[in-house]
Amino acid sequence: MTSVRLNAEAGVATKDKLSLKDLRRLLSELEDMMIRCMRCGFCQQVCPVYGATFKEADVTRGKIALLQDLAEKLTDDADAVGDRLNRCLLCTSCESVCPSGVGIMDIFIKARAIVAGYQGLGVIKKLIFRFLLPHPDLFNQLMMLSSIFQYPFLRKENETVESFSLPLMGPILGERHIPKLPVESFSMRHGFIDEEPKESGIKVAFFPGCVPDKIFLNISEATIKVLRHHGVGIFMPEGLVCCGIPLLSSGDRKGFLRLLAKNLATLQGGDFDYLLTSCATCASTLGELWPRFKTEFTGGDLSFLESLEEKTVDITSFLVNVLKIPLNQEVKKQETKRVTYHDPCHLRRSKGIYKEPREILKSLLDYQFCEMPEADRCCGNGGSFNLFHYDISKDIAQRKRDNIVSVDPEVVTTSCPACLLQIMDVLSQNGDNIQARHVVELYAESLDK
Amino acid sequence: MALNESLRKEFIAILGEDSVFTNDADLLSYAYDSAVLEPKTPKIVLAPSNEEELGKTVRLAYENDLPITVRGSGTNLSGATIPEKGDSAVILTSKLNRILEINENDLYAVVEPGVINARLFDAAMEKGLFYPPDPGSNQVSTLGGNVALNAGGLRGLKYGVTKDYLMGLEFFDYQGQLVKTGSRTIKCVTGYNLAGLMLASEGTLGVFSKLILKLLPPPAASQAMMAIYKDVNTASQTVAAIIAAKILPSTLEFLDQKCIKTVEASSKIGLPTDAGAILLIEVDGNYGPGVQEDAEKVRAICQKCGATGIKMAKDEAEKNSLWEARRNTLPSLARLRPTTVLEDATVPRSRVPEMVEAIERMATKYNLEVGTFGHAGDGNLHPTILCDKRDRQEFSRVEAMIDEIFDVAIKLQGTLSGEHGIGIAKVKYMEKETNKATIDFSKRLKKAIDPKYLFNSQKIFP
Repeated sequence: MTSVRLNAEAGVATKDKLSLKDLRRLLSELEDMMIRCMRCGFCQQVCPVYGATFKEADVTRGKIALLQDLAEKLTDDADAVGDRLNRCLLCTSCESVCPSGVGIMDIFIKARAIVAGYQGLGVIKKLIFRFLLPHPDLFNQLMMLSSIFQYPFLRKENETVESFSLPLMGPILGERHIPKLPVESFSMRHGFIDEEPKESGIKVAFFPGCVPDKIFLNISEATIKVLRHHGVGIFMPEGLVCCGIPLLSSGDRKGFLRLLAKNLATLQGGDFDYLLTSCATCASTLGELWPRFKTEFTGGDLSFLESLEEKTVDITSFLVNVLKIPLNQEVKKQETKRVTYHDPCHLRRSKGIYKEPREILKSLLDYQFCEMPEADRCCGNGGSFNLFHYDISKDIAQRKRDNIVSVDPEVVTTSCPACLLQIMDVLSQNGDNIQARHVVELYAESLDK
Repeated sequence: MALNESLRKEFIAILGEDSVFTNDADLLSYAYDSAVLEPKTPKIVLAPSNEEELGKTVRLAYENDLPITVRGSGTNLSGATIPEKGDSAVILTSKLNRILEINENDLYAVVEPGVINARLFDAAMEKGLFYPPDPGSNQVSTLGGNVALNAGGLRGLKYGVTKDYLMGLEFFDYQGQLVKTGSRTIKCVTGYNLAGLMLASEGTLGVFSKLILKLLPPPAASQAMMAIYKDVNTASQTVAAIIAAKILPSTLEFLDQKCIKTVEASSKIGLPTDAGAILLIEVDGNYGPGVQEDAEKVRAICQKCGATGIKMAKDEAEKNSLWEARRNTLPSLARLRPTTVLEDATVPRSRVPEMVEAIERMATKYNLEVGTFGHAGDGNLHPTILCDKRDRQEFSRVEAMIDEIFDVAIKLQGTLSGEHGIGIAKVKYMEKETNKATIDFSKRLKKAIDPKYLFNSQKIFP
C-alpha cells in the first residue's frame, strides 16, 4: 500500500522536535477558538471524508474534540491524533455550514503545524519542501528526467481522458491513472515574459502554479493565448516557486515562509495590475493565505504583500469581472457538446466564485451547459491527501464521478488543475468516455472560431 | 466477563477489523454528543453493516455484560448518546443507512435506523411523497435516533411529530432475537403496541434494526408570512386566535427580542430591532385558493391582535428570505459566547406568554444572556442560554436557571422536554413531572425487558 509506505517514511524522527508538554501548551492556545464548537455535528452533512468513512474522528467535530483531549491530557497519543487530523481535505465545506462560526481552517492549519513540530516533518517531505520546491531549476530538471524515463513504460488507459498508468512506478503511484508528463515545463518553454498591455490597458503577473506549469501545460498555454487575444500585458518572471499550500497543510510553516519570501521577491521585479492564476488553489493561497502571514514581513515586502490580497484573481473571474468579455447570446450551433462544471473548493467557498465559470461555459457556441448534482462537493483530491489517503480519496471521487455521469456530458470542466487530476483518474478508472478540461481551454479554443 | 482481547477478537470475527475500534483516539471521538455534559469514553466501538451483524453484535455484547449505547449521528441534546460507565460498548448505526422501500401505493417507507432524516425526505419527495417530521438537526440526525427520542420539529402543530409516523419497527432484544411489531397497514391491533413502547425509549429497551414510517402526499400550495409585534403577549394572543379560528398553520414559529436583535446584528436582513417578538407563519394545503383564503384570515387575525407589521411572501425567494430569520437564529446566538445551552421545556400553548416572561425574569435574576425562540404553535420553546462553561461561577448560575425553568414549566402544566429527550441531563427532574409510582413502574418494565440493565441504563430511569 502506497499510503502506508509514505506514512511510515514520513514518521522518521528529526532532532528539533517539540516535547509533548510543549505540544499541549501550544494546542491550549487554540482553546478559545476550539471551545466555540458546540458539537452540534452539522459538519457531518457536508464532510466528504466522513461521507466516505462514517467515522466521527474523520469529521470536524471529532477532530476538534481530539485536539482538545490531547491538550487536556485525556490522551497522550499525539501520533494517533495527528493521523486523524491529517485525514482532512481542507475543503472548508464544514466551515460554510458551521452554525457557531468556528474558525476551522485556522485551527487545523495551526494544529497541523504544532503536531508536525512534535512529530517532525519526515525525510521525504523535508526533501521535497525544503530542497526541491524552493529550487525551480532543479524541480524542472527532475520533471524532465521523469518524463523521459516514463515514456517507454507508459500504458495507455483511456483514449478520451488521455490517461496512462505506470506499472513500474507502482510503489509510488499505486494504481492511479495519470496524464503524460511533458518533456519541458511551461516556464522552461517560455522563459521570462514581459509584454506591455495593448487595447485592454491592463497588465497581469501570471502565476502558473506547479501543476499547470509542469503537467497540464495546455492550461497555461490557453491562459496566455486568451490574455494576448484580449490585449492584456503579461509579466511572468523566472524563479517563481510553489505557492506553498502543500507545506502549510503539512504543518511546515518555516518552509512555507521561505517559499513566500522567494515569490514575493520575484514578483516585486515587475509592475502589474493583477496577479493572475488559472489554478483555484493558487488563487486561494495567494489571495487569502499569503496575507495571513503579514506579521512576518516589514517595509516594502509588507506593503507589497498587502496589495496582493486585492490584486489576486483567477482567470474566470478576470475574464468576466475585469475584462467583461462579451457573454454572447447568439444562437448556439446545431451540433453542440454537453459540458458540465465541477466547483473547486478553493474557488467556490474560498473566493465565492462559481457564477463566472458557468457564464463563460454558457456563452460558448459549441457547448450546451448542464449542471451536475452536488457540483460544489469536494472531489477528494486535497493535494497531498490523495497521496497519503488514496483509498478514501478514491471513494470520494467515485461520488463525484457518479454525479458527473448522471448528466451525461461529453466534457467535464473545472478551474483547478488538482481537481482535474482527480477527475481524470476516476473517469479513466471507470472507463468513462468523458473529457476532463479546464474552462480556460474551452474558452481559448472558442477564440479560433 | 469484561472486555478483553479474546472478546475483541470475537467482535472482529463478526464485523471485520475495520468496524471494531479500540484505539484511544477513536474511542474519545465517541465520548460525547451535542449536550453540554461531561464526556464518557467507551471501551469499544462497533459498526455493524447489516441486520445480521447487528443482531450478533447485540447478543455478544449483552452476553458479556457490556453496557450498550446505540449511536446514530450523536446529535442528542440531553446526553442520551453519551456512552455508559465501565466496559461500555457503543454500537454505531452509520452503516445501516439503506432506504429499503418507498411504497407509493401504500404510502410508507421501510428504512434502516442509520438513514439520515433529510435523505428520507428527499427520497420521498422524488416520488412525490412527504415525510413531515423535521427536527432542527434533520440534515444530520438519523431516523433511528428520531424514533428513539420521538423527535419533533417545525411542522409539529399541523403534522405532528415522529410518533405520528411510526407504523411499526423491528428490534433486537437482549438475547439478540429479532422482535417485530406494527405493520405496513394503517390499522393494526396485533398484540401490544411495542412500537409505541420503543418510541422515545432512548435506547434503554432494545436495538432498532428496521423502521416502517408513514408518508403523506405533500401539500400542493403554501403561503408564508411574518408578523411583527411590540411584545410577546400580543404575539401569543395571535397564536391563540389563529387556532380558535380553526386554522392549523403548518409552522408557527416565535422569536423573542433578543433573537431578533442578534439575528439582525449578524445578518442584516432588515428585521425591526425595536420589535418585542416576531411570528413566522406558514399555511399550506392542497388547494391554492383555499390556502390563500386561510392566509388572508391569518393576516387579518395578526392585524386585529395588534401586529405592527405583516409581510406576506410573494414567491419562493421571498419565502426563503422570511425563513432566513428563523434559520439564522441559533447560529447567530451561538456566536455570541463560547457555550450554547439549548433547552426545550414545553408548556400548553396558552401559557407561552407566562413562560417567556418567566424566562426573561430568570435571565435578569441569574444575570445570564438568554434568547428564546421556538415552536409557538405547540408551546415548545427553546430558551437558549449563552455562557462559557469554563467559567464555573457563571455555569453554576446556568444550572440554577435550568432547574428553575423546569419548575416553572411543570407549574404551568407543561413538560420537561418537548423533543430533546431526558437522557442524562433531565433524569433528576423526572419525579417532579411524574411521581414515584411512575418511575418504579418504568423501572420494573425495564428490568423485565433488559434484565441485566445494560441498555443505555444511565438514561431516563437509572
